[in-house]
Amino acid sequence: MNNNSSSTHQVLSPLKNASPLDGGRLHKNSGWRLYFQTVIARAYPRIIGQQREKSWMFFDILLPMLSVCAYVFVYRAIQAPEDYVGFVVVGGAMTAFWMNVLWSMSSQLYWEKEQGNLALFIMTPASMMAILLGMALGGLLATTIRALAIIMLGSLFFNVQYAVVSFAQLFAVFILTMIALYGLGMMAASFYLLLSREAWHISNLAQEPVYLISGFYFPIKNFSFWISAAASIIPLTLGLDAMRQLVFKTGPTLGFISVPFEIIVLSVLSVVFLFAARLMLAYMEKLAVREGRLTENRR
Amino acid sequence: MQPTNLQTTNNNLPLYTRSFRMAAWLGWQIESNWTDPFLFAIYSIIKPLAGAAILVVMYSVITSGNFASPIFSYIYLGNAFYIFVGAVMTGISWAVIDDREHYKTLKYMYVAPINIPAYLIGRGVAKFLVGSISVIITIVFGVLFLHVNVDPAAINWLLFLVSLLIGVVMLAMMGLILAGISLIIVQHVGFIGDAVAGALFLFSGAIFPLEVLPVWLRPLGFAMPVTYWLELLRRSLVGSVAQAFPTLQGLSNLHLLGILLGLTIIFGTISIFLFRYCEQIARERGLIDRVSNY
Repeated sequence: MNNNSSSTHQVLSPLKNASPLDGGRLHKNSGWRLYFQTVIARAYPRIIGQQREKSWMFFDILLPMLSVCAYVFVYRAIQAPEDYVGFVVVGGAMTAFWMNVLWSMSSQLYWEKEQGNLALFIMTPASMMAILLGMALGGLLATTIRALAIIMLGSLFFNVQYAVVSFAQLFAVFILTMIALYGLGMMAASFYLLLSREAWHISNLAQEPVYLISGFYFPIKNFSFWISAAASIIPLTLGLDAMRQLVFKTGPTLGFISVPFEIIVLSVLSVVFLFAARLMLAYMEKLAVREGRLTENRR
Repeated sequence: MQPTNLQTTNNNLPLYTRSFRMAAWLGWQIESNWTDPFLFAIYSIIKPLAGAAILVVMYSVITSGNFASPIFSYIYLGNAFYIFVGAVMTGISWAVIDDREHYKTLKYMYVAPINIPAYLIGRGVAKFLVGSISVIITIVFGVLFLHVNVDPAAINWLLFLVSLLIGVVMLAMMGLILAGISLIIVQHVGFIGDAVAGALFLFSGAIFPLEVLPVWLRPLGFAMPVTYWLELLRRSLVGSVAQAFPTLQGLSNLHLLGILLGLTIIFGTISIFLFRYCEQIARERGLIDRVSNY
């Protein structure tokens, strides 16, 4: 505990001498230094918190694994080709990212408001965008570990065979999907600033319908072109489709559009969502201040 | 002045019914008053319909839309009725978390002249009602658009209603077990309902016959009352499903009802004693008004 506290202290508040109370001078970062310091500070609890309470990992892996197993057994019951089992395992792993974006990105500012932290965040000289970026970065790293565990366990349990076509493209698709997805989460977080009790219900509602239209457990090619195109606004739709094409033997025949084109679309979505998140945050923050919603607690 | 009796597990019928009735009304207000009725209705049906649609698309992709097969009715109806499991079981256990952590009113419930188990079961009623609407809409949608073979004239209504009633009582008792456990833990308290519902979904053969499970996992399915409950509901609606899969083929409807009733009594007895035990521990350790902010 002491070791952790002291390391936290060094990362989060670099002091030049001792405490200001002892007559020492408090070093204050500003500009990009403060920005990155804020990013690290907000990412820190997401990553370290998980190390301190490892039992969370068990539930975060167990729950998606139960769904993965159920869907795999459905495919087995209807004698689906074995690659579909792999689709479910990869889709199940990606649900961890969607859940993280919904509950720990979009809803986060709402939780912070409920607990009284949001006003404190805004009062500090730190940028709210940096706070959101830190949440995204910490959440992404922590969730990647969970997703990897689900893929490993699912692949072991169900003997999934992979045939990776291009590691470079796979890496590019994953990174771009994550940037776009967390950009979308940052955008949604600013929208949630204005919500009260309905925030919980909206996050709850955005699970199954998104699993359906984004094709978490089946190729979206089975929908009509326009439905698939509309679903592509959610980065996981194209990300999953591209990953399936890149890691499974039958993937390319079941793909919605070509992988290079999906990479271009994901790049555009990444830029658009991050830029929109910045604009929306500024706008929603002003609106929330004007309407006095930053400190409200409507249970 | 008469001393107030603060014992929360008093055994008198008016206390039970009053606690249950008021909790049901409170639960409905909490569930529904965050938005207008139209949005609430949409919210209540989109989620289950989307869950069913995932399975329909998966099935359709592999079988090229052969919805006349008994396996489709098996999957579709099992998934539809499973909505009750999540709604009733987690509806009851979630009331503990909601009242303790969110509204911070559990301590006031404990000093009020109510029966706590009846109150918690009452809180599950709202979710049961919403779940019932979802189940009906899902099944009607399946019958109208997906050729699920439910013929209203051929339904065994008596078997259906008796099974449904016993099943809902069984789920409420299982919910009370989870509520008791929720009283004494802090971390993961929100996950318990989901984890148990997820495990039951997997092991009870809700959306696939138990033969698909590895042999060593099947006994878990046979020990779960939900397995027999879902089979009875399927048989009452679509009798032909029973002949298509060997899992419980050797058991008649009466056998299944007997097993379901027996398991419900066992789970009911366990739930009463376990809840009292957990409640006692929670009181001793001062956990009733603990707020963890998890």
